[in-house]
Amino acid sequence: MLITKSLTAFGSYCLFMRRVFYVPDKWKVFFNRTIFEINKLGVDSIPLVMVISIFIGAVIAIQMQLNISSPLIPSYSVGLATRDIVLLEFSNSILCLILAGKVGSNIASEIGTMRVTEQIDALEIMGINSCNYLVLPKVVGFVLFMPVLVAFCIATSLFGGFAVALFTDIITVSRYVYGLQAMFQEWYVWYGIIKSVFFAFIISSVSSYFGYYVKGGALDVGKASTNAVVNSSILILLLDVVLTKLLLQ
Amino acid sequence: MIEVKNVTKSFDGKTILHNVSATFETGKTNLIIGQSGSGKTVLMKSVVGLVKPEEGEILFDGRDLLKMDSSQIKSLREEIGMLFQGSALFDSETVLGNVMFPLMMFTKMSPGEIKDRAQFCLERVNLKGADKKYPSEISGGMQKRVAIARAIALNPKYLFCDEPNSGLDPKTSILIDELLSDITHEYNITTVINTHDMNSVLGIGENIIFIKNGQREWVGDMKEIYKTSNEALNEFVFATDLFQKVKKYVIANERPIP
Repeated sequence: MLITKSLTAFGSYCLFMRRVFYVPDKWKVFFNRTIFEINKLGVDSIPLVMVISIFIGAVIAIQMQLNISSPLIPSYSVGLATRDIVLLEFSNSILCLILAGKVGSNIASEIGTMRVTEQIDALEIMGINSCNYLVLPKVVGFVLFMPVLVAFCIATSLFGGFAVALFTDIITVSRYVYGLQAMFQEWYVWYGIIKSVFFAFIISSVSSYFGYYVKGGALDVGKASTNAVVNSSILILLLDVVLTKLLLQ
Repeated sequence: MIEVKNVTKSFDGKTILHNVSATFETGKTNLIIGQSGSGKTVLMKSVVGLVKPEEGEILFDGRDLLKMDSSQIKSLREEIGMLFQGSALFDSETVLGNVMFPLMMFTKMSPGEIKDRAQFCLERVNLKGADKKYPSEISGGMQKRVAIARAIALNPKYLFCDEPNSGLDPKTSILIDELLSDITHEYNITTVINTHDMNSVLGIGENIIFIKNGQREWVGDMKEIYKTSNEALNEFVFATDLFQKVKKYVIANERPIP
């Protein structure tokens, strides 16, 4: 039963995405809407990303020091471990799980409200492909801007760890900075960015799908918003395993 | 002219429309009336193509909607304006932006021409000075007028209105009715209005289709409705004491209430 339901939903999602990926009716309108979505979904998320990242970066540095304090392990390992955790997992998977809550619920509730207030019907009556008009700019805008959010996340997380080194005596600044530079692998940055692009696609498209097919009223918009976040998060975690296996081995 | 022939539509095994036929005439205000749940909204949504009937024909000046491919449907929809029950204005756009929207999407007019046309449409519905306001900042009646301005922006051949008076006070309802009637005659549009507002029925109903339990029960105009012997229609239209008195007055004096 669950499998049938999941397959039906997947089929419906594929048909929905087929309507999304059409050539826009008016390129100028599409570009304007994409810029608007980049601003709304991406730029507006920067403060949240920075606040979370700086604290998580600090916490990772403190926990690394507490857990790996051993005479056998060099002290610069704190910086190294903080960097690798941030690059490999926090700046992409965890960040996207957080953004699934913020951006995903925003998209699902916005499109869901448009559905229940007949705004989507109004677009369809005008002869506009509403999936393409509403969803494509969100998907393109969020996917394009996600690497920028990842970059902000990496920078502020590492700065959080740096602040711990600077303001506490847990680790010296020089050891922390040395650790950040030690055994650096550039691929880890690309790995994080590649993953985040896939996750951005999942968040924007899955949330749009749940919002688009809302039936009912305000209560159903809320349910759709919750479903969008839950399903996006599960898909992100599943894809995280697959991409990690593919990209790191 | 729009001709609906033998349209049948079911949802989850329950038949909502049974073999409904109707003609919506050009240059007239065509009203679909009926109790809640009678199928009038499904009929309107079938006619505009938001719902696909299982059987029947829907002819827009001879062109069958149900036999059109997607590009033909798209071009037909450029000839259609629709006023939704809740106005369906775009929240993120201003009043002017809402009216400019279809012009931006479907015409090759310059930005200046688009703005002029949108302002003309807003003036036509007696809305001046609200250009920069957002839909949430204006009253329900004004929202309806903006929606009408948006619907007529592309000079549609067909105008559909789903319960245009719902949620409005009687005075504003009459203004909206008058506006729809004036626009219909001025631009020679085929206007189809879905309503259960008796003021609209008796005020602007030039061609009235009464739907009951998914079937066409009666067809006539606002003069004939006073003399109908159809029991269901009488119960529906003249349900209140006020409308009973109106009916008696009209029959006794053989003229509508001034």
